[in-house]
Amino acid sequence: MPISMDELRQIADLARLRLSDAELEAMHSDLNRVLTHFTHLQELQLAGVEVSAHAVDSRSVWEEDQAADGMPRDRALANAPSSEAGLFLVPTIIE
Amino acid sequence: MGLESLSVGEMRSGLRERAFSARELAEAHLTQITKLDPRIRAFITVDPERALSSADRAQEMLDNGRSNPLTGIPVALKDNMITEGLRTTCASKILENYIPAHQGTAAKSLEDAGSVIVGKTNMDEFAMGTSTEYSAFFPTRNPWNTDCVPGGSSGGSAAAVAACMAPIAYGSDTGGSVRQPAALSGVVGFKPTYGRVSRFGLVAFASSLDQIGPFARNVSDVIDAFEAVVGIDRADSTTVDRPYDQELARAPSIKGKKLAAPTEMFSSHVAPEVRASVLAAMDALSNAGAIIEEVSLPVIEHGVSTYYIIAPAEASSNLARFDGVRYGLREEGDNSIKMMTHTRSRGFGKEVQERIVIGTYVLSSGYYDAFYAKACQARTLMKRQIEALFADYDGVVCPTSPTTAFPLGDKLDDPMALKLADFCTIPANMGGFPAISLPCGLANGLPVGLQLVANGFDEAKLFSIALAAEEVLPKIGLPNIV
Repeated sequence: MPISMDELRQIADLARLRLSDAELEAMHSDLNRVLTHFTHLQELQLAGVEVSAHAVDSRSVWEEDQAADGMPRDRALANAPSSEAGLFLVPTIIE
Repeated sequence: MGLESLSVGEMRSGLRERAFSARELAEAHLTQITKLDPRIRAFITVDPERALSSADRAQEMLDNGRSNPLTGIPVALKDNMITEGLRTTCASKILENYIPAHQGTAAKSLEDAGSVIVGKTNMDEFAMGTSTEYSAFFPTRNPWNTDCVPGGSSGGSAAAVAACMAPIAYGSDTGGSVRQPAALSGVVGFKPTYGRVSRFGLVAFASSLDQIGPFARNVSDVIDAFEAVVGIDRADSTTVDRPYDQELARAPSIKGKKLAAPTEMFSSHVAPEVRASVLAAMDALSNAGAIIEEVSLPVIEHGVSTYYIIAPAEASSNLARFDGVRYGLREEGDNSIKMMTHTRSRGFGKEVQERIVIGTYVLSSGYYDAFYAKACQARTLMKRQIEALFADYDGVVCPTSPTTAFPLGDKLDDPMALKLADFCTIPANMGGFPAISLPCGLANGLPVGLQLVANGFDEAKLFSIALAAEEVLPKIGLPNIV
């Protein structure tokens, strides 16, 4: 099932990526080659096979709740592109 | 040849017998980096000051009799392993200036043990690639032939070990990113069972597959490197506490061991010179007493498709955290959505963007069942069928990579050609199995890798077979770097 240019634009938008027309064209042809390869999976008999989320069986791990110090605020903010008054600063979210 | 070409075992003896100091050993490696890295470009960041002060701390540990197996031993880390205070870029522009405020568990274990981190190695951006050409900064060159790639994604770590710039380096293996560059660069590379080594501080690519693994120039050094980072970690709930027999691991044993050779792994995808070299290696193992039998496992033909659905799906979710808010690059925009979109479009390279788009697509409603759910079923099937083999066999033997190192730029235009480079390594990731790549000869002057895979948590048995195999395989020596 080939992906259309419109679908590709919409997917890129969902992934918060802005692609130029040339980039979209190149990606469109790459993607369809890769997706064609994926269709070989339809050859497998998969009825009744469970959908695994992990390679190994994992179990929930429990531990006592214990209070501990987190990372100091100034260190957590040290890599922030923009911060003010101990907070991450971002552009307007709600007008 | 100086101290840098010794094995880890020899370095350890030299340090304990005071034949040289930890500082002298660190300096020998830093000198080798200064001399060769302008040509090889294995490192993104080298920190001589940090290395020398670690070496002095290691010397104190040695002097006080508090040493561990890796005390004073130089190591290099792939640049997706978080190191507190030491720049960690994932070879991406989006993290170009990121200096972590916390320490990853692997780096902490290594520094606590007194090993000396010399620097951070080049890789394909966010570990997505098989040649290290997708680094946003520069490609790394293969020490055996500098016109060729070192493999990837952990190509910098593989090249650093091959060129004696570090005796041990760590990488991460999601679909073969330790074993494939090990094969192409002529060193030993090992992927532990999923859950053996903490992923806390490993920048996530595909969380259900990622596993940290070591490179070294011989199996014994790889065992030391593995043991230094293994263990349960409360910061990574997928780590497990399962027995591992250190004595068994170090006792070479191959006589009577049954190894399965899946015919699909020797198919037309595999270059004739690789097949010939691996078949000769298998003869050597048989002569040493191994019982090798051909088996057929058609499901592994679907490994590449399965992997290239599951890994981008998880990556599209994991890489959502790079939004220009808390760390990393920010490109301005009128509102938050535009800021994030500009940041991600400018910060991620083409291959990463493409994989994010694939991942978003296969997880989107309407395609989830056709792609993602099917791939997760295929993974289950692959795991079950390989596991069933281990009821009758001690391990699987096959090539590590279908080709030897290829020239830079050769495969960049073909999205499937680079992806097929993972053909022989992906099945082990699909089942979480431990797997090791050993050099088994040279073809046209380039190394060939032999892969051995064992059942989950059977590292000790895998090492014992690998140690014995190493004794009978041709020695390829060190590259003559020109």
